[in-house]
Amino acid sequence: MMKYTDQGKQDTRSGYGAGMTELGRTNPKVVALCADLVGSLKIQTFIDENPERFFQVGIAEANMMGIAAGLTIGGYIPFTGTFANFSTGRVYDQIRQSIAYSDKNVKICASHAGITLGEDGATHQILEDIGLMKMLPGMTVINPCDFNQTKAATLAIADWHGPVYLRFGRPKVANFTAPDQIFEIGKALTMQDGTDVTLVATGHLVWEALIAAENLANQGISAEVINIHTIKPLDEEALVRSARKTGCVVSCEEHNFLGGLGESVSRTLAQHLPTPQEFVATKDTFGESGTPAQLMEKYGLNNKSIEAAVLKVIKRKAQ
Amino acid sequence: MADLTALEQLVPQVRRDILRMVHQVNSGHPGGSLGCTEFFAVLYNHMMEINEGFNMDGVGEDLFFLSNGHISPVYYSILARRGYFPVEELATFRKIDSRLQGHPTTHEELPGVRIASGSLGQGMSVAIGAALAKKLNKDSHLIYSLHGDGELQEGQNWEAIMYAAGNKVDNLIATIDWNGQQIDGATEDVLPLGDIGEKFRVFGWDTVEIKNGNDLASVVGGLEEAKSRTGKGKPVAVMLKTVMGNGVDFMMYTHAWHGKAPNDEQLATALEQNPATLGDY
Repeated sequence: MMKYTDQGKQDTRSGYGAGMTELGRTNPKVVALCADLVGSLKIQTFIDENPERFFQVGIAEANMMGIAAGLTIGGYIPFTGTFANFSTGRVYDQIRQSIAYSDKNVKICASHAGITLGEDGATHQILEDIGLMKMLPGMTVINPCDFNQTKAATLAIADWHGPVYLRFGRPKVANFTAPDQIFEIGKALTMQDGTDVTLVATGHLVWEALIAAENLANQGISAEVINIHTIKPLDEEALVRSARKTGCVVSCEEHNFLGGLGESVSRTLAQHLPTPQEFVATKDTFGESGTPAQLMEKYGLNNKSIEAAVLKVIKRKAQ
Repeated sequence: MADLTALEQLVPQVRRDILRMVHQVNSGHPGGSLGCTEFFAVLYNHMMEINEGFNMDGVGEDLFFLSNGHISPVYYSILARRGYFPVEELATFRKIDSRLQGHPTTHEELPGVRIASGSLGQGMSVAIGAALAKKLNKDSHLIYSLHGDGELQEGQNWEAIMYAAGNKVDNLIATIDWNGQQIDGATEDVLPLGDIGEKFRVFGWDTVEIKNGNDLASVVGGLEEAKSRTGKGKPVAVMLKTVMGNGVDFMMYTHAWHGKAPNDEQLATALEQNPATLGDY
């Protein structure tokens, strides 16, 4: 049934590391910064091969964002690295003024996003970062789904002029997209055609949506699965086209339902094609300690939650 | 000693620009602008090696970053009179559709400005980044920056100060406008800063003090001394002692004119004290 298969579980942050390794070899303008989390960001190979193009800033994220902005003046393409929580909320004003408003070509690369960070708990699990970043004028927001796509996205943003927020995660998850894919920023990917419901998923939830779609097929429900790796700019055309065909939508993300992909989808549909929608997302809550699988289950972020949301939204469509 | 004649002509004209700009829109920050007029005059017309035209990357020239962006009036006046954009454009300061925003920005593509500032405490990090880019580019030109003394209350500065010393960013001259005033009063009353120079030294910087930052010869001497200390493994901080509101007697020695514009009568008095030399915009 499914045309995608798991090629072996890998973490998306390692996709970032692999992308940085390649950029280190191919783009002399790329420089990397890190706030004391080199091991977590998987950039040791980049550092070993390009020590002069790596800046260890210590536990000082605000300074890191400012230094990154300054490095663009002189023609460099800085990639900052720390956890998503410390890449966004902690340094929002620095990003806003020194990067976004100043039109600086900085790539804010954020690992350990969402609740699947796991046992460290809510202080480290940011579920608000997509909202924070998409609100900034001129900011591009990308949340790839697996190792291969994260690597491809890392390569793509180096060639995209302007500030970018690249979000990825900690756990090892299915790696199911093509290894040598071309990543088109702002282009939604239809992973699977369907006619009864559209699953609009981002990040780790894309794989869960594919599993849900397979299970739904066994119940006679045909789900279209769209991978929204770029939340901003959103591929509104693809979204509206699919919603017109299926008549209902479930948005799926490892993020608060306030401010995330789901709200961008709702706004798009409200403007162009009002459509029933359900949200698979956290519901205005902080996370907690636990294994990623336990947390995905408890906070309603797995394929079972998606199936339940589909059954609900299809009923609403019938009304 | 440098010939200061041209700078002596420039300074009162810049003061006039500052006063007229803030008066015209009844807003803006004259106090710190007036206090830093000599510094800007010397920096842009004596110290910095600047290429013709404006290129954001600034390779092959000295660069300046203003961290305390609220003193935009003096910055804009100096940039315009240095030829970055027409002097007449000063008349658009803080008005709708202007490139001269209340606080400086790159967003309106005003030549001469390389970073937005206004939210305090961010400029030193940016200056360090630009200094690192210069080193990567094997460009021996310098980075200059200016920061308010009160601005050092922002913690990000101390991250940056630590970083610059630890990483031997020795192509950076960061100047602190040590006027002892901030919006709510004297810095020593609002949040005491102690001996700023000593703090920089303890953090591993070389320092130069300019005891009279409103005396052109002292500023020239101090900045030349600071330049001579670059390239020796340490970032250089300049403690620039200035008087907020300098050049207008009733604006001096008080925080009252930090962010307040003069009325018509006050403007007339202030302009009398600073006669036109190069022509008003």
